[in-house]
Amino acid sequence: MIRLSEVRKVFNAGKPNEFVAVDGVSLSIDSEKATALRGPSGSGKTTLLSILGCMARPTSGRITLEGRQISSLPERFLTKVRRETFGFMFQQFNLIKGLTTLENVMLPAYPSGEMHSSLKERAMELLGLFNLSHKESSKVEWLSGGEAQRAAIARALINNPSIIIADEPTAHLDTRLSKELMEIMGRLKTEGKTILIASHDPVVYESDVIDQIVDIRDGKLVSSGSV
Amino acid sequence: MGAIEKQRHILDFTLSSLWRRKGKNISLVIVYTFVIFLLASVMFFAHSMKEEASLVLEGSPELIVQRLVAGRQDFIPTSYIDSIKHIKGVQSVSPRLWGYYYDALSGANYTVMVNEALKNRAGEIIVGNGVTRRRATEKRNSVVKVNDTIPFKTYGGSIVPLKVKGILSSDSELVTSDLIQVSEEDFRKIFGISKDYATDLVLKVRNAKELPTIAGKITRAYPDTRPIMRDEILRTYDAVFDWRGGVIVVVLTGSLFAFIILAWDKATGLSAEEKKEIGILKAIGWETSDILLMKFWEGAVVSLSAFLTGILLAYLHIFLMASILFEPVLKGWSVLYPQFKLTPFINAYQLVTLFFLTVIPYTVATIVPSWRSATIDPDSVMRA
Repeated sequence: MIRLSEVRKVFNAGKPNEFVAVDGVSLSIDSEKATALRGPSGSGKTTLLSILGCMARPTSGRITLEGRQISSLPERFLTKVRRETFGFMFQQFNLIKGLTTLENVMLPAYPSGEMHSSLKERAMELLGLFNLSHKESSKVEWLSGGEAQRAAIARALINNPSIIIADEPTAHLDTRLSKELMEIMGRLKTEGKTILIASHDPVVYESDVIDQIVDIRDGKLVSSGSV
Repeated sequence: MGAIEKQRHILDFTLSSLWRRKGKNISLVIVYTFVIFLLASVMFFAHSMKEEASLVLEGSPELIVQRLVAGRQDFIPTSYIDSIKHIKGVQSVSPRLWGYYYDALSGANYTVMVNEALKNRAGEIIVGNGVTRRRATEKRNSVVKVNDTIPFKTYGGSIVPLKVKGILSSDSELVTSDLIQVSEEDFRKIFGISKDYATDLVLKVRNAKELPTIAGKITRAYPDTRPIMRDEILRTYDAVFDWRGGVIVVVLTGSLFAFIILAWDKATGLSAEEKKEIGILKAIGWETSDILLMKFWEGAVVSLSAFLTGILLAYLHIFLMASILFEPVLKGWSVLYPQFKLTPFINAYQLVTLFFLTVIPYTVATIVPSWRSATIDPDSVMRA
């Protein structure tokens, strides 16, 4: 379980362009459930997601992950937590151009020092799971939108994270591909992963996969509840 | 084991990153290699010339006595030998005969020297390789071979034909290229020097430490003489080759600056694509230190490849291709350029200096901007 207590994130603090992106959010996210952060553009979804995924630190407030406080960890430990606990899917997929699909999937595990052969084996398994085995040595820029999306999910899963974080994952997908993505998310949830998706796409928050919806507006929590 | 695998993964990623930006990186390596090649060539050349010169001079006399008239060297009377021989510490004194001969046919100056081995063999000469190439024979087009005859014009205008009885080995071409060895009799005949004079005197001494004392005694006994110690000649050679090396370095300054600007440009700015990549890597779980390690490998791979290739090319250029690029500046202004291969002398100290002046700054220069990018919050990639 992830618990947020009075979390606040201020950009450019003390300057004329000071901006409060997240303002006193307290929230509990259950393990092995799918949660959607819903809100219009600029509402603070992405910032909250970054804080939840240990990518950014809150200006104030506390975050605990499975009872362990992580908001005050030094950068090195935070990176370790991020690598081992979270798998990320970005709005633009953020696959690295020029590298093959297989290399992109293996990339998050490079710093772990795992044997190349076993890492490759796991990456190939994931590519197989997402019907991408035949694209193993294709450069990612040659992949179609759907293939790139599945490659991004495979990359998010390579370190076997317990929490999947996705930021507007359907922003660049058509309805069919968006629904396909939600099916995959549903499968991952059944396997015991916690899913956290920031989106204002109805295909996402109206999906059966979603268990909890958190509404945010102007950085503040508007409502939070089970579907 | 994990640490080694991690290094391997990061190095793999670095190599593929370099390859992805191959246009930029290959041009960088080419320019970098060229700069190292030029600097290493100058270093190898100047150092080998100095070493070669000192090896040659090792066999030269410890002390030479010349006579000066009106500040210029003149022939020395052989009568000086007797009294110099009796100075305490002097082992032997012998006269030397040598001079320069201008050959109008080939337009070249030769060094003519008496060789004791040709005593009682008047009419015979031994020549250096440069002479064989340059000197026209009766057959005109061919090079000089053993048993060919070369005509010499004496000081009085008559012609003396001398037969080539040997050609000096090409190993020693640096000093023997323009050399013609003759008998004493022929030398005196060509230049018209009486038996009472020699070009200079060479001395052997029992103890090298006594050289300055002996030189002082000679100057006191014969105020018109100038004793020259071998160490002084060595110092002059060193200064001359260092000076010429310096001339080349000055010429190279332009390309050095061009390289510094290129490296600076690379160092101070990461492309937007590179910055984005760093952001992605951080977001998916790479630590700042992993990114710095990757950038370290990147700098090290580029600069080490350039360094090693540059050194290798410089080695080939200097020791196998007779330093074709800047031979005229470094070897002098003689008409007879010796075609010789320098013996490879490589000074480890110079190589290490070059390494520290090129590889280290470049590697550091690649890491610094990455460090700045790598310390930003990884969530920046979420906002891109």
